[in-house]
Amino acid sequence: MRGIRKWGPGLLLVSPSLVALGLFVYFFIGWNAKVSLTESRGYVIDDRFVGLQQYKRLFADETFHNDVRNLAIFTVVFICGSLLFGLALALLMDKGVRGENALRSIYLFPMAISFIATGIVWRWLLNSDTGAGTTGLNDVLGLAGIHSDWHNAQSKWAVAAIALPAGWALSGYVMALFLAGLRGVPEELREAARVDGASETKVYWHVVRPLLLPVLMSALVILAHISLKTFDLIWAIAPLDPRTETPALLMYREAFRGGFYGRGAAIATILFFGISLLAVPYIWYTMRKERGR
Amino acid sequence: MAEINRRQLLAIGAGVSALAVLPSCSPSQSEQKPDEKKVEVFSWWSGPGEQEGLDALTANFKKNNPGVEFVNAAVAGGSGTQARSVLAARLQGNQPPDSYQLHAGLEAADDIKANRLEDITYLYEANGWKSKFPSGLIEKLSIGGKIYAVPVNIHRSNLMWFVPGKLQEWGITPAKTWAEVLTQATALAAKGVKALSVGAPWTQLHLLENVLLGELGTAKYNGLWDGKTDWKGADVVKALDTFKSLLAVSVVGTDDWQPTLDKVLGGQAAYHVMGDWAAGYLQGAKALKYKTGYDVTASPGTAGVYNFLADSFTLPKGAPHKVYAEAWLKECASVEGQDLFNPLKGSVPARLDADKSKYKDYLASALQDWQNQSTVVVGSLVHGVVANNAFKSEIEKAYGIFVQDKDSAKFAAAVSKAYTDTSK
Repeated sequence: MRGIRKWGPGLLLVSPSLVALGLFVYFFIGWNAKVSLTESRGYVIDDRFVGLQQYKRLFADETFHNDVRNLAIFTVVFICGSLLFGLALALLMDKGVRGENALRSIYLFPMAISFIATGIVWRWLLNSDTGAGTTGLNDVLGLAGIHSDWHNAQSKWAVAAIALPAGWALSGYVMALFLAGLRGVPEELREAARVDGASETKVYWHVVRPLLLPVLMSALVILAHISLKTFDLIWAIAPLDPRTETPALLMYREAFRGGFYGRGAAIATILFFGISLLAVPYIWYTMRKERGR
Repeated sequence: MAEINRRQLLAIGAGVSALAVLPSCSPSQSEQKPDEKKVEVFSWWSGPGEQEGLDALTANFKKNNPGVEFVNAAVAGGSGTQARSVLAARLQGNQPPDSYQLHAGLEAADDIKANRLEDITYLYEANGWKSKFPSGLIEKLSIGGKIYAVPVNIHRSNLMWFVPGKLQEWGITPAKTWAEVLTQATALAAKGVKALSVGAPWTQLHLLENVLLGELGTAKYNGLWDGKTDWKGADVVKALDTFKSLLAVSVVGTDDWQPTLDKVLGGQAAYHVMGDWAAGYLQGAKALKYKTGYDVTASPGTAGVYNFLADSFTLPKGAPHKVYAEAWLKECASVEGQDLFNPLKGSVPARLDADKSKYKDYLASALQDWQNQSTVVVGSLVHGVVANNAFKSEIEKAYGIFVQDKDSAKFAAAVSKAYTDTSK
């Protein structure tokens, strides 16, 4: 009885959100997994259990291979791009510039724009038309007499071009993360290293870098899960285009255009496990670290 | 005091949790409200032209049905992609509108299979509509011998657009066959011009269906969608090879059809194969004159064939206001209604007895073709007439692989397999 008095009120207070979360998140994750084990098609719910058939077929599906390949390229370009760019910005900011507050906001702004709007602007910027139709980046490249068409529909690397706007949108955020990390490095440590005769590069490499590792980890996990989920940006730039399609788009196509709900659910489950694979170890690691404190 | 506050908090907490659980238990039965004078019509007509057309149609509906409230449940988005998702959710939740828009044809197959649509053959019989529409259209509208939709307008897919002045300048006349296009392409290449302009994947599929139609003829083309023509047959594979050669002599972009058509206007390419909604764009946004500024002909090999697509309205099962939904369908099928709607939307009326004087320029010639008894009517793939959603989506998927590996035989085999799998 005394126990309930102690934790009961707290539990009751959080219960609305627990119930909502349980119902709208975890219940539906389970439901989706269940659908992925059936042959459900169209509006007719088919409860016949077919085991892992959907997954087997998916792993043999050439379109799925193509989309996973695209996702891999997208992820690498997007994560490397925004990490490098974000880190560079943060290091420059850390050195102290005038009007740092204003600059920080400017770099963060792209994240405030929805991916749909970003996509529409970048579709125009990345247009690979020639002659009178030349627009966007090719206008600028044209000044140097170059014409880029690696991002057009014929290119195998078109999906890398779509990672550009994603990186553009998120690098400001990565900068903010790193900047917070850099500011968290105590000045005394740097001073001590300098007194011991370390050059500025060595200070960054031996003192600042190890302390930035946790920040790098969180940035990596955040970017990776955004990358796996990205749907709206790609849809806005090139809908239903095999050159730029990722599993997230394939899921939408299968489920909502073709009515293959079972297949769509299987893709969703695979994406879910992909994200968990990244997020769970990270959460476990941080929780252990916090408990250890 | 503090004690009471805590109790109150607990009560609020418990109350809110109960509320969160409640809605999930409430019954989700659609309600019939025959006494309410109201009709809710669901469509994706909200763009320029379509919005005005729908407004004219509703104004006439209100005049004929005084006192009935018209609720316009339009969801924006071209060719109804967004609208279909919203509608699917409403149908699954047993909250159907009184009538909803569909592309005429097999796009309705899933809804019928799920028992969502009323068979409205009785409306056709009571109003004598069967003789008012071309028999080819009635045939394409029927699924399992029953009719589930009322067509409002007819669009034509197999058209090839060009600028007459430019063709003259390059010394060519509109091609009659795809082989001729390929011959012209060589001559055009010397002048730095491509033969065709194609854009986003769906415009490529739009071209593909018309190449198949032109190369195979109507009988074999129809057979592609009902299993009578073997996709793996030598003639189909040959037509696919022709399509491949055509892509090789095209400007391939990633845009929707408007910028793709602009390349023809700009002289980068000679032709663009697109449906007749292009006429509205050329005449409206581009302010070009028919026959001088732009011209159009049936896509190669399809003279005398009308590859159609149509917007239609349906009667869902459990429509809350069935009487007025029927009144709305009658409005859609009426000569008056169709003649109000179509000149604004830029399409021709489905009815054979429509008033010809209301249609100008391109539409006048289109209507003449449509009402011509010898015109053969076939249905479009990309626009949902001849394939159900599942088959169409599988074709789109196979096409994605086809454009990358350019293997005609493999594509044909994949589509053939998809037909078997999805027609079950």
